[in-house]
Amino acid sequence: MKSIGSFATIILLTIFSSACQPILPTTRVNGLVYCAEGSPESFNPQLVTSGTTIDAISQHLYDRLLDIDPDNGELIPGLAESWQISDDGLTYRFQIRQGVEFHHTRYFSPTRQLTAEDVLFTFGRLLFVQHPFHQTATEYPYFDSVEWQQLVEKLTVISPMEIEFTLTKPDSSFLSTLATDFAAILSAEYGAQLVKNKTLADLDQLPVGTGPFLYRNYQKDILIRYYRHPKYWRQLPQMEQLVIDIVPDNTKRIAKLLTHECDVAPIPRLAELTLLSKREDFVIDAQTSMNVGYWAFNTRVAPFDQVKVRQALSYAINKSNIMQAVYFGQAEPANSLLPPTSWAYDKNLNIQRYDPQLAKKLLSEAGYPQGFQMDIWAMPVQRLYNPNALKMAELIQADLAQIGVQAHIVSYEWNTFRRKLRQGEHDSVLIGWSADNADPDNFLRPLLSCAAAISGSNRSNWCDENYDELIAKAVHTPILEERRAFYQQAQQYQAEQMPLVPIAHSKRFQVRSRNISGVRINPYGGINFTAAGKSL
Amino acid sequence: MIFHYLMRRMFLLSFVFVALTIFAFSLGYLFPGDVLSNFTGLRNISPADEIVLRQQLGLDQGYWQQYIYFNQRILDGNWALSFSSQQNVLDEILNVMPATLELASYALLLSLLIGVPFGIIAAVRKDKWLDKLISGFALVGYSIPTFWWALLLIMVFSLTLGWLPTSGRLSVLYEIPRLSGFMLPDILGSDAPYRNEALFDAIRHLLLPSLVLATYPTTVMIRFTRESMLDVLEQNYIKTARAKGLTRLQVLYKHGLRNALLPVTRQVGLQFSTLITLAMITEVIFSWPGIGRWLIDSIYQRNFPAIQGGVLVVSSLVIAVNMFTEILHTLLNPLARK
Repeated sequence: MKSIGSFATIILLTIFSSACQPILPTTRVNGLVYCAEGSPESFNPQLVTSGTTIDAISQHLYDRLLDIDPDNGELIPGLAESWQISDDGLTYRFQIRQGVEFHHTRYFSPTRQLTAEDVLFTFGRLLFVQHPFHQTATEYPYFDSVEWQQLVEKLTVISPMEIEFTLTKPDSSFLSTLATDFAAILSAEYGAQLVKNKTLADLDQLPVGTGPFLYRNYQKDILIRYYRHPKYWRQLPQMEQLVIDIVPDNTKRIAKLLTHECDVAPIPRLAELTLLSKREDFVIDAQTSMNVGYWAFNTRVAPFDQVKVRQALSYAINKSNIMQAVYFGQAEPANSLLPPTSWAYDKNLNIQRYDPQLAKKLLSEAGYPQGFQMDIWAMPVQRLYNPNALKMAELIQADLAQIGVQAHIVSYEWNTFRRKLRQGEHDSVLIGWSADNADPDNFLRPLLSCAAAISGSNRSNWCDENYDELIAKAVHTPILEERRAFYQQAQQYQAEQMPLVPIAHSKRFQVRSRNISGVRINPYGGINFTAAGKSL
Repeated sequence: MIFHYLMRRMFLLSFVFVALTIFAFSLGYLFPGDVLSNFTGLRNISPADEIVLRQQLGLDQGYWQQYIYFNQRILDGNWALSFSSQQNVLDEILNVMPATLELASYALLLSLLIGVPFGIIAAVRKDKWLDKLISGFALVGYSIPTFWWALLLIMVFSLTLGWLPTSGRLSVLYEIPRLSGFMLPDILGSDAPYRNEALFDAIRHLLLPSLVLATYPTTVMIRFTRESMLDVLEQNYIKTARAKGLTRLQVLYKHGLRNALLPVTRQVGLQFSTLITLAMITEVIFSWPGIGRWLIDSIYQRNFPAIQGGVLVVSSLVIAVNMFTEILHTLLNPLARK
């Protein structure tokens, strides 16, 4: 029923949407409706990694010690007014902002403002077993993935407004981690109240933060309602109310946009953007986002253990075809894992040519003049970085046939797919990565390091000492220019060794009604409505 | 006499309910997965809990004993938990039920308000162009697939004209505290500053779904009222009344209508089950948070306790309404009591 409905609506949409403009419904409520793709898993960003959840909760409810400037990716003060790093790069001292108020809700009335205790409470939960809330969650996925427990040795409250982090080893991506949406600052006073009432689970379900909006209510799979935080420390949001309307169906979300039941909505399907771009009452915001779609070879399996074979395959595929057919021109071709917007991106990298002759030559040199047979695994789900892996696999299959390589396309249900990938049963796979923060380490380490080959996010199963040394040196260097140099070397080396072929950095899209202002895509994190305004 | 009749009905009703609960109970075994999970809604039950639960549910005893325990839990309101939300299924059903009842009752009302008068007009103007027009429309309405009709209306009134919203019961910006679960009374009972706007908005949300849902029963009402009216108009007492000099309108009102509408009351009950089925489709298309959408979501999610509870409640409701209208029909119609 659902699929018939969606199918029919999309056809009807296509035919009629350009016909005439609807009459805007007038509401007396000063509020904004954001139509989200799904329900949040939790109201505490410490516990999640999914983009949908982060968009729904993070920037509205919470603040972080540091923020990322969306224009240039630089770190700017958030709840920490200033900070100092010791010369050995092991201690970070933060001065906490004065006069920051927590949310006053029906389940919690704060009696004091933000202090260093709250910061200690927030990060202590992730680190210390004796913390009352440490055991209430089984994992802290983001912090586990950056190995925070091994990294942070201790937290010391120096004075009520000053806190110090001591690290076990220098790590120049530490500040970036603190600026991610996952590092939201919670209230220690609220935590103490929950401990007293023995309702520990509420910490992650009934949120209290310092963010621009406060929690009002949540109906699962229907909506989340936020009110403006009247004592927000930055400029007050214009909107008195923010409603996250949960509309999982893509077609329905578009229909709701057209009838102005939604003010803003993320639209992942590129084909539908063309439809909306014809309407004058909508604005489409696009931004190259911190992601990469790539084709990884399982370097533990012959013949992909040979550099020449991998290079040959990389020369054999026609990326401009893929850009058109899979991404509809809404992505940038990639020649590094890092998107060009990253500060560590190497502008001198050679652009990957399409050269079947060279590919054939390389194959002969590697000892496969007649080609060989291989599998291409295509992921079964749509992601921003790869909206249609099957189609991409078909294009690559055709390209490979030109150089005598016979490719078979393989796909499984998503969970099985990931399990089999982890077990290394693939020859090659079309998959991708979305970064959690602006730091280049977030691309280069999880995708190609030896540690990641063990933990499973390195789909090439590639383990190379040179590469690991380069990215390790980079995180241990506090000087930006030196870090950049190391990362550029790492990118060059990756391009030479070609354990994977970067294909595209896809753009992220969001559609909003023209009367909504001050909302834009943040390439480094969740959507933010603090500056949003609505004209009637 | 009437007492006997009611007793007979009640006896029949209890049989139907026994059959229904046996069916619902056996679903716990028929569904795939663990029987204990299906009956309790709990997942990943620890071995220690399992022993206690098995005893509570009587799973160590015969089926008959288990069935009795099952009925006790149903009567105590101690229903299984939903797999997806881990809440009592009964609470969830009570939460979504009012939305469906509200929609269905407006649709039924609409079908009576339109169907009956048009049926009468068609009968009175038999074989004239008005009758042909009405009967033609009724046939079209009768044959239209609901989901297609719903999409057509959405396309015209929402997407193209932009007059009416496509989904939900109320714009999400209006915050109306839940009193009864019925939207219009809740809005009227609230003291929100935007009460009038919210009421207007709720009516705009109601229009399309209730129109879609009313379409099929309306056409049935038209056809049924027309047939029934034609039957009555053939009767000798009508001719007698006319011969006695009563005007056409008087005959129609005093002798025709009362007799012709009797079978229609019965039809209302029969239409109810169709209405609930159609409500499921309508709710899915209009994202109406009622029991139909809830049940279909539960089926998608393989939420067995929810399906079990939902089936039990919806079937009971349909049976109860059918029985009620039949009794009502009997009370109104002395002939049927014999």
